[in-house]
Amino acid sequence: MSRARTEEQNRQKSFTRRALLLGSAKAALLSVLGARLYYLQVVDAERYRLLAEDNRISMRLSAPRRGRIVDRNGIPLAVNRQNYQVHMVAEQAQDVDRTLDALTHIIHLDREDRARVKRDIAARRSFVPVQVKDNLTWDQVSRIAVNSVELPGVFVEAGQSRHYPYGPTLAHIVGYVGAVSEQDLTGDPVLELPGFRIGKNGVEKVHDEELRGRAGNTQVEVNAVGRVMQQISRVEGQPGHDVELTLDMGLQNYAHQRLIGERSASAVVMDAITGDVLSLVSVPSYDPSAFTRGLSSSEWRSLIEDPLSPLSNKAISGQYAPGSTFKMVVSLAAMEHHIGPQEEVYCPGYMDLGNHRFHCWRRGGHGRMHMRDALKQSCDVYFYDIAKRLGIDAIASMARRMGFGQTVGIDLPSERTGLMPTEDWKLANIGERWQGGETLIQAIGQGYMLATPLQLAVMTARLVNGGKAIRPHVTRRIVGVENITEEVKEESPDLGLMPLQVKSILDAMDAVCNERRGTAYSARIHLPGWEMGGKTGTSQVRRITASERAAGIVRNEDLPWRRRDHALFVGYAPVHNPRYVCSVVVEHGGGGGSVAAPIARDLLIETQRRDPMDAMPPSPLAGLKE
Amino acid sequence: MTGYNLSFRRTPSMSLLQKLLQVNWAVVLLICALAGVGAGMLYSAANASMEPWAERHLIRFAVLFVLLIAIALTDIRIWFRFAYPAYFITLILLVAVEFKGTVGMGAQRWIDLGVIQLQPSEVMKVTLVLALARYFHSLSLEDVRRPLYLLFPLFLVLAPAGLVLKQPDLGTATMLVLAGGALFLLAGVRLWKFLLVAVATGAILPVAWNSLHQYQKNRVLTFLDPSSDPLGAGYHITQSKIALGSGGVFGRGFLEGTQSHLNFLPEKQTDFIFTMLAEEFGMVGAMGLIGLYLLVFLYGFAVALTSSNHFGRLLALGLTVNLFFYVFINMAMVMGLLPVVGIPLPLVSYGGTAMLTAMTSFGLILCVRVHKDISIPRRGLQGEVV
Repeated sequence: MSRARTEEQNRQKSFTRRALLLGSAKAALLSVLGARLYYLQVVDAERYRLLAEDNRISMRLSAPRRGRIVDRNGIPLAVNRQNYQVHMVAEQAQDVDRTLDALTHIIHLDREDRARVKRDIAARRSFVPVQVKDNLTWDQVSRIAVNSVELPGVFVEAGQSRHYPYGPTLAHIVGYVGAVSEQDLTGDPVLELPGFRIGKNGVEKVHDEELRGRAGNTQVEVNAVGRVMQQISRVEGQPGHDVELTLDMGLQNYAHQRLIGERSASAVVMDAITGDVLSLVSVPSYDPSAFTRGLSSSEWRSLIEDPLSPLSNKAISGQYAPGSTFKMVVSLAAMEHHIGPQEEVYCPGYMDLGNHRFHCWRRGGHGRMHMRDALKQSCDVYFYDIAKRLGIDAIASMARRMGFGQTVGIDLPSERTGLMPTEDWKLANIGERWQGGETLIQAIGQGYMLATPLQLAVMTARLVNGGKAIRPHVTRRIVGVENITEEVKEESPDLGLMPLQVKSILDAMDAVCNERRGTAYSARIHLPGWEMGGKTGTSQVRRITASERAAGIVRNEDLPWRRRDHALFVGYAPVHNPRYVCSVVVEHGGGGGSVAAPIARDLLIETQRRDPMDAMPPSPLAGLKE
Repeated sequence: MTGYNLSFRRTPSMSLLQKLLQVNWAVVLLICALAGVGAGMLYSAANASMEPWAERHLIRFAVLFVLLIAIALTDIRIWFRFAYPAYFITLILLVAVEFKGTVGMGAQRWIDLGVIQLQPSEVMKVTLVLALARYFHSLSLEDVRRPLYLLFPLFLVLAPAGLVLKQPDLGTATMLVLAGGALFLLAGVRLWKFLLVAVATGAILPVAWNSLHQYQKNRVLTFLDPSSDPLGAGYHITQSKIALGSGGVFGRGFLEGTQSHLNFLPEKQTDFIFTMLAEEFGMVGAMGLIGLYLLVFLYGFAVALTSSNHFGRLLALGLTVNLFFYVFINMAMVMGLLPVVGIPLPLVSYGGTAMLTAMTSFGLILCVRVHKDISIPRRGLQGEVV
């Protein structure tokens, strides 16, 4: 055999061996592939199938329409308004800067807006629309449409934004909606929708769940980048319920106008029988729409730093010494402890207790006083005297029944309790024993005691309705929801007051307004049949020193505003068929009779003129022409 | 030298009809089946549409099918003669890509030849095997075992591998080195030398690591821990595994592969087409495709073992090994066994140059079979042919 041939055969043998070696290596590698396939597609198949489902199906929520808020006559107080927003899809816009420049010729975009748009675009996938600006005018919308060629990827979308047609007039009652915060999350997925807003204050907050409605959801198939490929199923959402308030918007408007002249004041008008709040005003106020829009930090700062605290609803959370308006409660307590209304007390202008002298507001004194006169002229010494005999706890017990020292349970957020001190309270909270003199000043609504304007209205209502523990409320009905109205219609529990005693107090309040020397006589209602009864109150903000008293009390008007007295008034009308009650507090307003009573008079006239409860006999002026 | 005379027992030229009868038509049918599977999957990938992939895939296949037959019928001695020129032309093109290439997907890989966008690195996979087969054909077993004789083939492998790595294309570079290694092995290079190279490779690995591009490093890193980057580079592997696994034993059915259709799969028409097939046809379909390839590989082995000339043996098996690496690396990659490197599935993935490479390879394998009885002198052809 030739050498070459042998060599060729050797080479072939070697090749064959090597080929088989390579072949078995490949066979081994292919078995690895087979094993891997088996592992992925048989052993772990179920896990991957689940993962695949998750990948594929996505839930899209659609925001429900928020329910409206209307007044007792159906006038809309909070509505949804079509809100045109301009959006931009970065993918289609391509040159974002140039498109924004073009857009700037049509709508105003400041540097902050532009930075936000760029930030949003960077944070999202390029086909997701980003909001550039909202609340476009119709003019802007049409100009964007006309210029659409120069604005690639820009489009206008109609969303809904909450609108409050009455703005500051209702801000404290209706409240406002705002962005959902971390603490608001309850697990309701609708809250996680971008741009979703929930009630943050007022009725919007209290009835948020009813107003909110239920989100619709759409199951869509999405691809890896989140683009919707097709719709799988769709569940329509449920729009929110409408909430009807007890408020009479006409009256509310009037009351707000009437109070707006004061720097800081509040008033409540309500129906004494049902507890329907017809008007509830606190000035100064704010524009709730600003919250829907989103406040700038400087706007927010100026609101919270305003010494007149426009954000707080003073009618339910302002706490004031009630002053002489508290004297009805002391009178009730006296009669319950068998101090008859005819019992007389002599007022020399002061009363000494221990080594301290307690003065009457009238320096010369009132002379002999029984309960009716003492209330009518607001004699302090009479109440010092009976308070000394009653003791603080007897007075506090009656005050609690009339609604003081606790929340009265109105359906609005941030109602405050006020304060009704007792001997135990002082020991526990101040750590000192109760002093006899403190009972005296308590009797004229000074000292530790604090009450909200709402509590004053409730107290008056409980007198007017003959001692029924009505609870005030602003919600009349939730359309489509049953139980709310039933709770309201329920008979209020009886406070156990004697009708004759109540009658005598109402009679004294009649005298306050309608008899000469009554403290509110000058603010009386002249319209026959529409007259009001009431009680003035002037509560001191500062202590009057002995030297001041000796030098003659400085007139309120000469003091700086902060140190002037609060002016208060509680009233009811009409005197012969009482139904409507009203309380007015003007902070640092001065005298209750001269400042608060005229406001209450006007509010009660307007209430009777509008007569939202149909409680009035035909007006004596019905035949007259205006 | 009687051996020369012995090797020319047969007439150098057969009639065309004789050659056509020598072509293994069963294998040609297998090749058509593979391309058909490809067209079916591309139709599915485009959401039941011939556009934009399936139709062009089939047209290309039809055109390249003519080329395949032409290559198969061309005298093997012509391929032998042109092995080196073809190799060096490809090498020049690779260098040209470096200067004039089209940049795509972060790498400079294509060169515009007017008619087609050519990817020289793909062509190199074939011409390298040709060149090495020719070189080792001329070496005796003793020569092969002399280290000095290995310098030239080493250059043949490392020059293009280096250029391709610079593009950067780690996958193709690896493929070139693997194909070269396979030919060294088949040529009879001592096994301990491979061991030595393996050890040496391990030693220079840290250096090589530093020369890698960041994205290549990331691919390796995320391959080692895919969960570290679930939305970035690891995303592809994760999604591919989900799609593949969710197919189960029998799959979701043709056109029903939700994962692939909803674009969870990246590049489903090219590198990840096997995932789609495995999702829609399950393990049965995936094993079926592997089976088809296995038959083709077995044929390649059979051709290599029955060829009477060493060039043909090395060429057939070298190309078979090459195709095997395509299939293995691609599948192992989509199954999460190997890092993601851009390697298509022969005849199934969409892509012009890749199909050109595959069809040329198959054509050459068939050619070896047709010309199995032709002997080629070890010292080369001395003007007898052509």
